[in-house]
Amino acid sequence: MRPIRVLVAKPGLDGHDRGAKVIARALRDAGMEVIYTGLRQTPEQIVRAAVDEDVDVVAMSILSGAHNHLLPQVAKGLKAEGVKDVLILGGGVIPDTDIPNLKTQGIEAVFTPGTTMETVVSYIRSNLKRDLRE
Amino acid sequence: MKAVEAMLNGSRRDCARLITQVENEHPKAKEILREIYPHTGTAHVVGITGPPGGGKSTLTTRLAEAFRAQNKRVGIVAVDPTSPFTGGAILGDRIRMKSLYEDEGVFIRSMGTRGHLGGLSKTTAGVVQILDAYGCDVIFVETVGVGQSEVEIVQNADTVLMVLVPGLGDDIQAIKAGVMEIGDLFIINKFDLDGAVRAKTEIEMMLATDQRRKAIPLVYPVTASMAGSNRAEGIEAVVEGIIKHRADSVENGQWDARRKAQVRNEILYFLRGELEAILKKELDRWELEKVYQRNQSPRERGEEILRTWIEEGRHGKKD
Repeated sequence: MRPIRVLVAKPGLDGHDRGAKVIARALRDAGMEVIYTGLRQTPEQIVRAAVDEDVDVVAMSILSGAHNHLLPQVAKGLKAEGVKDVLILGGGVIPDTDIPNLKTQGIEAVFTPGTTMETVVSYIRSNLKRDLRE
Repeated sequence: MKAVEAMLNGSRRDCARLITQVENEHPKAKEILREIYPHTGTAHVVGITGPPGGGKSTLTTRLAEAFRAQNKRVGIVAVDPTSPFTGGAILGDRIRMKSLYEDEGVFIRSMGTRGHLGGLSKTTAGVVQILDAYGCDVIFVETVGVGQSEVEIVQNADTVLMVLVPGLGDDIQAIKAGVMEIGDLFIINKFDLDGAVRAKTEIEMMLATDQRRKAIPLVYPVTASMAGSNRAEGIEAVVEGIIKHRADSVENGQWDARRKAQVRNEILYFLRGELEAILKKELDRWELEKVYQRNQSPRERGEEILRTWIEEGRHGKKD
């Protein structure tokens, strides 16, 4: 079976990527191929990278407070490109009250501070939308 | 195949999906590669290799920008190491390539080595063929950070750039065998660092005394990214060097010779894999007890087996 490919991206303008790097490392140690794109990405850039790299998961870390604006744009952009089988995740400092709204806009799970790595890894493994043998 | 047709007509997403199937050696990969092969051969494949942290990704980005300015379509295949323990990987070459992200004329794909040694992954050649068929004029293949013996890129590229930095060692390091023998162009990157001029001189002296080479490669001083800014120096000369290398190679016959060698290598690689599988099975029917008891050497028994095979091949199997 092929490895799971994950794009770890930082949309928006905050410069705090410790969380994204810790996640990237944990996913690597769980046997996944992690494509890390670095800081300050626009939704368009994230969509383009997800298409070219043909990833199974787009995991976005955001701490700036612009999550309600930026995360749905990535979901929309992927849809517009015809990509419907990517699992879209969010993480970072996101108030609980914003999460239901994000979920209706295509962000399937949001992981806030205190989430264990095991939780993230097993969520990804059991919620992939593509068959790894395909 | 529908996906191949769509890719040939410019579908980015199909291109990406075909790459995935080829990279994973999916049952359809054989058919994909067969169908695209007649559409390959036009791209100039440029290998970028050198030690880790030497600036390969940053230089690749600058070169891609320069070729885009000439309206060439650019493909980038960036290989990073896979963990031998977990099978996971951090593919981080893209971090340096942000300036290319929104350019329709650039296709970037990251690959893990997935256990393959030699600086590339097992399926990199196939992925390059897809980008070639997709219509890329120039394809940069960035190897993992290499040590001393990862020379596989030379079998996969028309032009190889060896990216070095100051402070890697003395002139004895420079005359050792291995990776230093495969560069067509040498780059001393981070030329703003101490020791850069000396490093350049040492590499130039090494190259000047290399009897194996017909033409002495040039050594280019480059600073692909100045500290604290996006300024770069020396890129235009490298771009000219790459274009000139192609023109010179075509003229002196090296271009064709290298491509023919690549094709032979690819066939040989395939045959070796298939034959090994046959041999492994065939070996099961041979008695090896004498060798296990150390009364006969593995080599001696191997020669006996080989002789019998050749005989059987001539006269047909006896059993």
